[in-house]
Amino acid sequence: MKSTLKKAGYSRVQKQMHDVFLQFTSKVVFFIIIMFAFNLFFAGHYTPGGGFVGGLLAASALILLLIAYDRKTLFKMIPIDYRLIITTGLFLSLAVPTLSFLFGTPFLTHQHTYLQLPVLGEIPLHSALLFDLGVFLTVAGTTLLMIALIEGEES
Amino acid sequence: MNTFLDVVIIFSLIVLSFSMLGMVYRMISGPTLHDKIVALDTLGIMLMAMIALVAISLNSAYLLVVVLLVGILAFIATIALAKYLEKGVIIENDRDSDD
Repeated sequence: MKSTLKKAGYSRVQKQMHDVFLQFTSKVVFFIIIMFAFNLFFAGHYTPGGGFVGGLLAASALILLLIAYDRKTLFKMIPIDYRLIITTGLFLSLAVPTLSFLFGTPFLTHQHTYLQLPVLGEIPLHSALLFDLGVFLTVAGTTLLMIALIEGEES
Repeated sequence: MNTFLDVVIIFSLIVLSFSMLGMVYRMISGPTLHDKIVALDTLGIMLMAMIALVAISLNSAYLLVVVLLVGILAFIATIALAKYLEKGVIIENDRDSDD
């Protein structure tokens, strides 16, 4: 079957062929995966989840777009260097625990409070969320940078 | 009733384990790459079923997140391998260029 396709000039046109099903499906599934990633990220204190799994899942959602489209599209979507994402995440993960020295408490001591909002009611606020955001950004940036470097050409 | 459910869950876990062994054999020594890819996808689905059975057995809802996660990862792996079979390249630099 492959030789028949090649005889019909498949190798010349397969670059221009657009995979309609894959591209449309990945547009829809991308939002489902990214929503699940943020759900895991915010659920991470008492239930399974957290910054690491959330970052990994957000990176895999972007990898799905990277498979369905190409690197130019993803760079148009996120027009910053992945190293900058890793740097921001590492800075957050270092700075938030260090801030607890200002209050005279040991390293990695977190503060929490409850906030009253008109519609949502009482929601908890925890400073471990910022630390987890650092882990999220570091893991997502590292995974994307690894995939982009494995693929070959330097962007 | 409860012991009946336990017996059914343990029996299903044993049957799933044996079929996963068959899938691992097919994944290692499949004649072609297509067999290996289908075996890998099926192995992911069996892993989801096994985690769901353990969740029923432990009577906990926390493991259902893991089922969804394994499903998403297996989906992306299957998409990537299918694109490798179709085009020979997984991540393109520019899909509209000629070379």
